[in-house]
Amino acid sequence: MSGKIYGLIAEFRTGDALLQAARRAREDGYRDLEAYAPYPVEGLAEAVGFKGSRMPLMTLLGGIAGGLGGYFLQWYSAAIDYPINVGGRPLHSWPSFIPPTFELTILGAALAAVFGMLAANGLPRLRHPVFNAPDFEQATRNRFFLCLPARDPRFDERRSKTFLQALQPLSVAEAPA
Amino acid sequence: MNPASPQPPVSKDIGVLRAGWGYASVTDKIANLVLTRPVRWPWLSAFLFTFAGTLVFFGAIAYLFAAGVGIWGVNIPVAWGFAIGNFVWWIGIGHAGTFISAFLLLLRQKWRTSINRFAEAMTLFAAGIAGLFPILHLGRPWFFYWLIPYPDVMNVWPQWRSPLVWDIFAIGTYLIVSLLFWYVGLIPDLGTLRDRACASGRRFATFAYGLLALGWRGEARHWARYESVYLLLAGLATPLVISVHSVVSLDFAIGNTPGYHSTIFPPYFVAGALFSGFAMVLTLAIPLRHFFGLQDFITRRHLANAAKVMLATSLIVAYGYAAEIFTAFYSGDEYEQYMTLNRWTGPYAPVYWAMMFCNVAVPQLLWWRRIRHGVPALFILSLVVNVGMWMERFLIVVSSLHRDFMPSAWGLFVPTVWDWVHLLGSIAFFVFLFLLFIRFLPAISIAEMRELVHESAEEKS
Repeated sequence: MSGKIYGLIAEFRTGDALLQAARRAREDGYRDLEAYAPYPVEGLAEAVGFKGSRMPLMTLLGGIAGGLGGYFLQWYSAAIDYPINVGGRPLHSWPSFIPPTFELTILGAALAAVFGMLAANGLPRLRHPVFNAPDFEQATRNRFFLCLPARDPRFDERRSKTFLQALQPLSVAEAPA
Repeated sequence: MNPASPQPPVSKDIGVLRAGWGYASVTDKIANLVLTRPVRWPWLSAFLFTFAGTLVFFGAIAYLFAAGVGIWGVNIPVAWGFAIGNFVWWIGIGHAGTFISAFLLLLRQKWRTSINRFAEAMTLFAAGIAGLFPILHLGRPWFFYWLIPYPDVMNVWPQWRSPLVWDIFAIGTYLIVSLLFWYVGLIPDLGTLRDRACASGRRFATFAYGLLALGWRGEARHWARYESVYLLLAGLATPLVISVHSVVSLDFAIGNTPGYHSTIFPPYFVAGALFSGFAMVLTLAIPLRHFFGLQDFITRRHLANAAKVMLATSLIVAYGYAAEIFTAFYSGDEYEQYMTLNRWTGPYAPVYWAMMFCNVAVPQLLWWRRIRHGVPALFILSLVVNVGMWMERFLIVVSSLHRDFMPSAWGLFVPTVWDWVHLLGSIAFFVFLFLLFIRFLPAISIAEMRELVHESAEEKS
């Protein structure tokens, strides 16, 4: 076929078949795989070369920022910017500052987790070449896809196609760029 | 087509999911409730009825803003009436949704899967409505934003030592985190709806769900980060939900009014919240599974498990009542003692004994397996508990205020018609939002159901 392509995409019927296919492709020397599944298949991310997520660290940092920021807000406003004597209580009455500090820690962590996840996943991204692959609308229903992108150094249109067909998929197709 | 490739899995009966479901059939069943199911009269009549109630609710709010809180029965000494009771009741109802989606996820409970989505929607709507009531209750509601810290020209900051300020942080955080948790859970399903709508050629639905799905395509790395974040959110939401009702209880417990000033309040409020929340989950789940034909996904096992949680929390609530009574007499404080006797024999005694009946006596029926597995009985019981918990919130707020220290300052709270309109209107608004939700978004998590199909097929029977 003519024109640039994004990659070759093979369709499978079960998560296990996709997992096997991804492992075989790694063994064959492909480094830049993409696998698509309608539910999280255990071990699939590692099989396509995912090194482990940094989401826990992101969440921790968000929580620390939220907590410190929340405590600073209270201390600064109550002790520095607007010191007001309420029944003789100390201006820096830290036990009273704990509930908002706790809530803002959770808030900071949750915001960092969700927006960090979206950013690391490159979402929102409404257009993507794999959406143009035939049958890909089944990827959110009951089919599993392995994509060998053309950017992978091992990619060669003819050889990669033969390789994918050897994995016994339901079909092999091109995803146009 | 390659005939040698393995067949996709089919579910086995594992109690929380019936046999015979596959990836495609589960997906189509739930997605079609939103995409292809025609509007039928039970939904339509409920929708029109609650829509009318919603209009009445907002009309009553407009009248409240124009005329002031004097249209309610509140006055000195009972300045906190229905509005604060409703607030505590609604926020408590929300807690079961978070408990199901977060706590049961951490405990890897499979019965969570098909009920977490609509329970989270329930949380969101209940917490949103709860957040309205303190604002309605303000004498000058247009100044509610003074509770939020921002550098203003008046150079005035919120009073951080006040539980009312803690409250806005707790409720605000709870609303935002519940929304994030719910939306993150929805993203893969919105992708499914986008692709289903696209396959059936519905342009507007494709566009709308496509925007909301943020371009989700189910890539393996995306799933890995998604699962990691979903678990983290569950870990964050679990302490959050306990903190929220604890902070709400501190609104009372920090004050030295007899009946408020008690250390049992935070745990007792959280248990009451779960109790009323699970009752509301049953109130919503039973009609939902009946009218949408979801008996294979929301099985009797789910209902019975929710009933067991209700029974356990009912016992904790009963312990809370007993601890209050014991503490009142053991303390030797005459005001606490009088408050307790006044609850038993005073003007609000009928409410007290009705509450004991609904929250302590009736839930004991759940010891019987036949009641736990009897759908109509559970539905009626859940309504009784909802009413009972509302009476508890009413009693906590009103019975302490109406006779506190000096008999010369005593008074009686009698609700006006507007008190009832705001309470019933808020219930109509809640049901209205829920009816919209079940027609526009998948009421059960589709992606998690596919995972459950996979797990059930792997399981040895």
